[in-house]
Amino acid sequence: MSLSAHIVIQRGALPVDVTFEVQPGEVLAVLGPNGAGKSTVLRVLAGLARPHFGQVRLDGTTLDDPAAGIRLPPHRRPIGMVFQDHLLFPHLSTVDNVAFGLRARGASRESARAVAAGWVARMNLSDHSSSKPRSLSGGQAQRIALARALAGDPRLLLLDEPLSALDARTKLDVRADLRHHLADYAGATVLVTHDPVDAMALADQLVVVERGRVVQVGTPVDVSRRPRTDYVARLVGLSLLAGMAQGRSVVLDSGATVQVAEASSGPVFVAIRPAAVGLYRSRPDGSPRNVWPATVAGVTPYGETLRVDLDGQVPLTADVTPEAAAELDLVLGAGVWASVKASEVAAYPA
Amino acid sequence: MARRHKAQVDGATGVPAALLIPAALAVVFLVLPLIALLVRAPWSTLGSLLSTPEVRDALRLSIVSASLATLISLVLGVPLAWVLARSQIRGRGVLRALVTVPLVLPPVVGGVALLLAFGRTGVLGAPLYDATGVSFPFTTTAVVLAQTFVAMPFLVISVEGALRAADRRYEDAAATLGAGRAMTFRRVTLPLVAPGVAAGAVLCWARALGEFGATITFAGNFPGTTRTMTLQVYLALETDPDAAIALSLVLLAVSILTLGLLRDRWLVRQ
Repeated sequence: MSLSAHIVIQRGALPVDVTFEVQPGEVLAVLGPNGAGKSTVLRVLAGLARPHFGQVRLDGTTLDDPAAGIRLPPHRRPIGMVFQDHLLFPHLSTVDNVAFGLRARGASRESARAVAAGWVARMNLSDHSSSKPRSLSGGQAQRIALARALAGDPRLLLLDEPLSALDARTKLDVRADLRHHLADYAGATVLVTHDPVDAMALADQLVVVERGRVVQVGTPVDVSRRPRTDYVARLVGLSLLAGMAQGRSVVLDSGATVQVAEASSGPVFVAIRPAAVGLYRSRPDGSPRNVWPATVAGVTPYGETLRVDLDGQVPLTADVTPEAAAELDLVLGAGVWASVKASEVAAYPA
Repeated sequence: MARRHKAQVDGATGVPAALLIPAALAVVFLVLPLIALLVRAPWSTLGSLLSTPEVRDALRLSIVSASLATLISLVLGVPLAWVLARSQIRGRGVLRALVTVPLVLPPVVGGVALLLAFGRTGVLGAPLYDATGVSFPFTTTAVVLAQTFVAMPFLVISVEGALRAADRRYEDAAATLGAGRAMTFRRVTLPLVAPGVAAGAVLCWARALGEFGATITFAGNFPGTTRTMTLQVYLALETDPDAAIALSLVLLAVSILTLGLLRDRWLVRQ
């Protein structure tokens, strides 16, 4: 009782080849940059695009198997889908939008409307039952789109960038709301997003896709602590370094050495949090065992701090307060010393 | 960009003199005949001129036949527009060209072509007559066929354009909600293109109402059965010019009403 997918499809010039599984009640987020092939994967699951190869199975039923000539058309799949810009039917009222799937699947007008009204009420939008979608705010439209997708009691819920059409303020509320509804939903959910915060907040499992390939799979905590590609590291705000471990020392590809908290051996990734990096004008004395010279390659505001990109043998990102930045005179090309405590450095097998 | 253009044109109107004069001539040329019609109209006897049995017959025939032609065009033309806009069939470009031929064909030629197809000795008309004794030419049916032939392309082109402009992702959304193609067409596609269908139907009806050449060729000119308003106007001009002007006024009023119905689509578009 689950979704298992192996999808091979050409998306323009990009060959997409991804594999994943989702258990009932579980939310899987497909995370990746724009143009990575994420939405194509979702369209295959919905039956709106044909895979060239692979297999999609849901609860033991084969939805797609090109080799065997099997392809269930979208309207026969037990799915619900929320589109990026909602795509609520502009000519139907809110409640009729939600009732549409029930009617399409054979419910009578009365019973479909009754169930739909229940869903609209559940989304706290009963006041807007008879209004047209154009009068709804972005957040309200998103909730109706979710209600429309869930009303048909699908076994697979597909969410395509469900929060990207919303402004930052609404996004927080809708994300919390969506999380709550996903927790109640018994079927499998596949969520596509380029926003790591959405992925971390909503998903039980992450599949990171870059250039049509899966580059990392794991829980949000696992992926954010132990990124395996620069893209993921940047997303979660970590500096990612690759090297060979020998005990508590890791020799990076650039030749520099990083002292780490735990001993290991063989190829490893080293992840360093920007907040753990200290910057100095002259070489610091004392406890930090990792001290490297670096030059400032960029300074950008990041919340209440400044994020400083550093070039050198050990490329790093550091977070400093605006006061410290002024004191250190962090202009582009300035030379500084960067230090990190060994206890703040995580190494894990590559 | 806008500033540079403005520098080349004259003062408040924003129209260069070289364009203003021919443009004004064109307006005069297009509007003057209509003004003449209004000026020369026999306003005092208008009521009696339009209440003769011949005029009432012609008016009723025109409205009924144009409406039937529009109905046939809707029933056949909307699916054809869908095929042209959405299907993957081969030779779609050729099909579209063939369908739009009646738009540019002289209506008289259309009438001759209809006679050769549906006439008593026509390629389809002859076997039909032999089998059933039914013959189209010089009947009200022929009027409707002639009007449908010239007017349907207007509807097809209008609806096809609306279908091409419609956001197909709504149809994807309908499919993920369990709607098959027929239901998606009926409950999503058709409502989304309804303004285009309505505009096409109005245009089609106006064209059918104004039909003359194909009708007189294929259907003839028999009072009560095939003599439509336009034929009546032409005939009256020889015998009773005032009646012709009165009838023309009616058709002008209908044309202006048509434009009013299409206002939102065509007149205010910038």
